[in-house]
Amino acid sequence: MRDKRTLLILFGMPVAQILIFGFALNNEVENAGVAIYDMSGDYESVLLQNRLENSEQFFIERECQTTECIEEAFRQSKARIGIILPQNFGSDLLNGQKPEIKIVSDASDPNQAQVLTSYATAIILTHVKGRATIVQNAPIVSAIPRMIFNPELKSVYMFVPGVMGLILLLVGAMMTSLTIAREKELGTMELLLVSPLYSWHIIFGKVTPYWLLSFFNAMVIVTLGIIVFDMPMNGSAALLIGSCLLFSLTALALGIFISAKANSQMTAMFVSMMGLLLPTILLSGFVFPIENMPIVLQVVSNIIPAKWFIMIIKGLMIKGSGMTVIWKPVAVLVFITLLLGVAAIKSVKPRLNE
Amino acid sequence: MRALPHIIRKEFRQISRNKVMLPLLFVLPIIQLIMLGFAADFEVKNVNLAIVDLDKTVTSQRLISKFTSSGYFTQVGSFTNVEVAMLELEKENTDMILCIPKDLDADLSNLQPVQVQLLLNAVNNQKAGIASNYSIQVINSFNEDRFKNVSLPPGMAPLSVDIREAYWYNSLLDYKTFMVPGILAILVTMLTAFLSSINIIREREMGTIEQLNVTPITKFEFILGKIIPFWIIGMLVMTFGLVVSYLLFNITTAGSLLTLFAFLAIYLIAVLGLGILISTITETQQQAMFITWFFLVIFLLLSGLFTPVDSIPEWAQFINHFNPIKYFVEVMRMVMLKSSTFADIRSHFIIMSLFAVFYNVLAMRSYSKTSG
Repeated sequence: MRDKRTLLILFGMPVAQILIFGFALNNEVENAGVAIYDMSGDYESVLLQNRLENSEQFFIERECQTTECIEEAFRQSKARIGIILPQNFGSDLLNGQKPEIKIVSDASDPNQAQVLTSYATAIILTHVKGRATIVQNAPIVSAIPRMIFNPELKSVYMFVPGVMGLILLLVGAMMTSLTIAREKELGTMELLLVSPLYSWHIIFGKVTPYWLLSFFNAMVIVTLGIIVFDMPMNGSAALLIGSCLLFSLTALALGIFISAKANSQMTAMFVSMMGLLLPTILLSGFVFPIENMPIVLQVVSNIIPAKWFIMIIKGLMIKGSGMTVIWKPVAVLVFITLLLGVAAIKSVKPRLNE
Repeated sequence: MRALPHIIRKEFRQISRNKVMLPLLFVLPIIQLIMLGFAADFEVKNVNLAIVDLDKTVTSQRLISKFTSSGYFTQVGSFTNVEVAMLELEKENTDMILCIPKDLDADLSNLQPVQVQLLLNAVNNQKAGIASNYSIQVINSFNEDRFKNVSLPPGMAPLSVDIREAYWYNSLLDYKTFMVPGILAILVTMLTAFLSSINIIREREMGTIEQLNVTPITKFEFILGKIIPFWIIGMLVMTFGLVVSYLLFNITTAGSLLTLFAFLAIYLIAVLGLGILISTITETQQQAMFITWFFLVIFLLLSGLFTPVDSIPEWAQFINHFNPIKYFVEVMRMVMLKSSTFADIRSHFIIMSLFAVFYNVLAMRSYSKTSG
């Protein structure tokens, strides 16, 4: 508390990060370049091109006369997909001959390639279906997709909860992991240990100020999320505050646990930074869907506290869920916190005998 | 320069004396490389599907089986009304609800168009978009199947096209080959940035910096002596990581290893310089760590490792010009996957060399001020 600069860092950094990521991180598909190679150049193919050009997802970056030209567009990273329309596209289409359209994509980023291909396919199929039957309404089934909870498919809904979980967990764990390790290093731990305090007194005394700090951080981030990024707040505010308090405590318990085990500030920091950063980003469902992982990792992901927090935040803020839906992640977080807390207290104790 | 070997030896002794730290230095990155390489899969393979079938006819059954046999969808339940299904959607037990209206079969027989509703959980925007695209394909193929058996009055048959997909450069869509080099780059960066950023501040907190300051060692030797040991550790971890990714993920370097390591050598000097710079301008280890963490997280998330670099806005692209991790991740991927040569990445080399000089000069100047 005495240290002004550290305090500034503790509050300034999370705010800066949530602002940068909220604005910069984006996986929405918009304005991807298309290199089109139209061998027919007839009325139907031009219509299809217009449809693509007018979609939100694509724009025609260049018109090619060879496949090499598409490849060149990929190499320069100007276009992400190429669409090849065959000769006699229009007449084949109208005669019911099913002309073959090729969609090629730059799969050096496999994820992006697949997403774009699926969008292009859907646009083409929808367009063609609506074309040139004599009657307006062919007797076919069509789908009306409705995007629940996020009608505009905004990616902030994914990223803001994720960044919140990441920042709160890491700042909390890093702050506290240093405390006990620091006292050990400076030799002041001895003083505390010879005092008539129980080990849980020591731990609670250390945690409370950081808990408040961390909770305050959480509130600032939530407020920014709502005001700056238009995150909805559909659930109960009391539950949100409660879960932020809970998650801050989880992060601190984790930090205390690490510092009780570590022998120096350096080790404590190394573990809380190296050990937590990537797993929290990758295994929490922040960036990568958990259900896609191998079973082993799905099991491992359960011990990542941020996973549960992100579930709670999405439930409360976006879906407006109540306790009936979010009780499970809440219960898991309580359990993790207790477990870490008890383990931390246990591991401080033996040192009393030294 | 005679003092140089001594300070290097001192750093190595200090590192090897901490018995907890030493194994962590190698074990933590490698464990993460192994685990996270498997975690990084974006592909939407399996959409959980709940069905509300109000029609309950052979036709609606055929539509449902078209969905479940497509390979994209797994049926997780079927409900008699939408409200109950929506609750499942909220609990994330299902990703999508397919609502088939009551008169599906009757309307189709009367040559009327029919609309089915898809309700998608769009909190994950990307997944919802893809699931909706898959559904359009499935329904399209359902329509086509029907017209094979049913003959329609002329002019009423819908038109169709045949779409073939081709994925260039990575035809199997293997995400690991894309992610593992990137993750390795991040791990090496984190490790070296961390070690260097708390190094000098640690000496200052412990009081040992005074002893170094009274020796006749020059600033240049001092910084160099700090950098070389971590540089060696960085090179070792990288080599180790490449071996692991070869053994486990069967990822080989398509391009020249020499180019890769040459770039790494310069990159490490830049990162270490930045770390030392942070170390000289902070007051406590805690501050040093938070500042390092701050930059690491920003550089990491903007590096293009997780989200495509070109989907971020202009101003962030501008910040990205100063993001060393971005260049390193790019070089790793280009050399390892597309076998780019030195000529292809010459600009990366130049920029990184500038970074290296810049940070180290700053670090040297800032060190003299604080020690003076």
